Amino acid sequence: MASLELSNVRKAYGDTLVLDDVSLTMEAKEFVAFLGPSGSGKSTLLRIIAGLETADAGEVRLAGERIDRKPPGERGVAMVFQHYALYPHMTVRENMAFGLRNARVPKHEIDARVAEAARVLEIESQLDKKPGQMSGGQRQRVAIGRAIVKHPKLFLLDEPLSNLDAALRMRTRVELAQIRQRVEAAFIMVTHDQAEAMTLADRIVVMNDRRIQQVGAPMEIYARPANTFVARFVGSPAMALAPATLAEGGGPFARVRLGSGAEVATRVRRDLLPANGALQIGLRPEMVSVAAPGAGTCDAEVVLLERLGERTLVYTRLPDGQEATAEDKGDSRLKVGDKVGLAIDGAAAHLFGPDGAGHHAEAAE
Amino acid sequence: MKGERDWRGLLFVAPFMLLYSLILVFPLLRGLWLSLNRVDLFGGGHFVGAANYVRLANDPVFATSLANTFEAALMIVPVLTILALLLALALNSAGRGAALIRGIFFSSAVLSVTIVTLIWRFVLAPDAGLLGEIWKSFGWEPLAFLSDPGLVLPAIAITTIWWSLGLPMLLFLAGLQQIPQDMYEAAALDNASRWRTFWRITVPSLRRTIVLVVMLQTAAQLQIFGQSQLMTGGGPSGASRTAVLFLFETAFGRWELGYASAAAEALFLIILAVTLSQYWLTGRQSAQGAR
Repeated sequence: MASLELSNVRKAYGDTLVLDDVSLTMEAKEFVAFLGPSGSGKSTLLRIIAGLETADAGEVRLAGERIDRKPPGERGVAMVFQHYALYPHMTVRENMAFGLRNARVPKHEIDARVAEAARVLEIESQLDKKPGQMSGGQRQRVAIGRAIVKHPKLFLLDEPLSNLDAALRMRTRVELAQIRQRVEAAFIMVTHDQAEAMTLADRIVVMNDRRIQQVGAPMEIYARPANTFVARFVGSPAMALAPATLAEGGGPFARVRLGSGAEVATRVRRDLLPANGALQIGLRPEMVSVAAPGAGTCDAEVVLLERLGERTLVYTRLPDGQEATAEDKGDSRLKVGDKVGLAIDGAAAHLFGPDGAGHHAEAAE
Repeated sequence: MKGERDWRGLLFVAPFMLLYSLILVFPLLRGLWLSLNRVDLFGGGHFVGAANYVRLANDPVFATSLANTFEAALMIVPVLTILALLLALALNSAGRGAALIRGIFFSSAVLSVTIVTLIWRFVLAPDAGLLGEIWKSFGWEPLAFLSDPGLVLPAIAITTIWWSLGLPMLLFLAGLQQIPQDMYEAAALDNASRWRTFWRITVPSLRRTIVLVVMLQTAAQLQIFGQSQLMTGGGPSGASRTAVLFLFETAFGRWELGYASAAAEALFLIILAVTLSQYWLTGRQSAQGAR
């Protein structure tokens, strides 16, 4: 059964439209990440689901029940705020119990739920502290605990990891994944960090410019981006996009010519592409390898090297000024300014039509 | 400069220290010295030890004036604090209307005590006063606020509340703006009613502001003077004579400067004791409530 259903949600602040006709259906127990840059509307959508904002139009249903007219506390959702929003004058125990007391849950039940959450989150020894006496990571746990004790149907996480330092963020990410296994509820997480979205979510909802750009499993989003925005936003470093024109040959598959004159044979079906109009070719670093000058698909000049240890990212400029990123071995001897050849694996390349829509290589089965 | 303290640094604070000693420390000590002397308008006076204090302790007029002062402060401070908090809650919105009303409520605070008491004498006057007219329109006998010993302190309290509302309201508004909005959102998701949100979120968050307002207003209202001097002259028959008015009459009416100084020192110690005990009573809890 579907857990959350959004249908045609629309929201404007005055004349500024922030969400335009957004629809989405979530499976039971699914973990969905709303991924997008600031201003894409992802936080507003989360707040509409929570009831902290009202949609101008559209419906929100949770487990089949319409919730968009209900007050936030009666929707069966729990939220973890970006800045935790703990009550500073209450102890950890009171923070977690506050919502349950308001809902008139019996005292022994409250105690049992708080104890259980504290055990799961390993904050049993902190229950009588106030938030001000705790570290950021501990406060984060309390914020999660405050959500867990409510036994919600849906967890809403607003940038839950953005306030933690890098090491703690990695650990909390793993813990979130574990908590998620133990809890019978669906999760929505808002984030602008694609690594968070890719590692935690079952499906990613990529948002930009008031709309959902693509919904899909993490690898599907990565391998088959619906449009140039998704292609550039997901993946690090970003996919290189270069103008290309259709060339002769290649049989059923499109063969394209780059600005520099080099030709790349893709495995994108020619008949799916628009008959005319400018194309763009999309190349991820792993599709481009470094060769001797003249030996690759085209030549380029190294402008920047990023040594990541197991591999080296080579940022290059093609003769026509286009930029492309290639991958080389970890112990690459290249220097900035070197002339290199780029071997492009056309079989994996993406093509984007004049409208930005993505066309992908046919799976080589 | 190494190791030893550099005396040249003192030069930088010297002008301030000089001025500070001249206009604060010296008068304070001089007042203390005066209180141990019998001084009148003519002649230098002579040392009498604690005689002024003994006389003060046995002076029924001073005792009454102290009682009046505390009664007025007890009428003013709680009402003022609650009213200012309610006003701040009502006006804590970004709208232009709220800003205008905030300005109107604050405007009384910039008036001088002379104008305020003048306005309120017109309001309170039994014949032709605003309240008197309202009373009459209901067919009741107008109340003689300023000449009835039982009504004069409440009348002064109302005047003072009207006059002093602006600053505490502003302090509460500042306190309210400090409360993070997401805490209210968390409370909404925690299914807290408005009433519960107010008592469990807003009031605890404002705790320090409430303590500050109560302490400031207590210290200020225990020195209440202008209102009773200008509205009633302490009357009728001393029913509105406050401690500072007693001081003023003793010093500048009867020119008993030593005795007045003793009263001033006594009042200073009383105010200090009251505010310090308020601080002590509330200080520990509010330190715990700190984020």
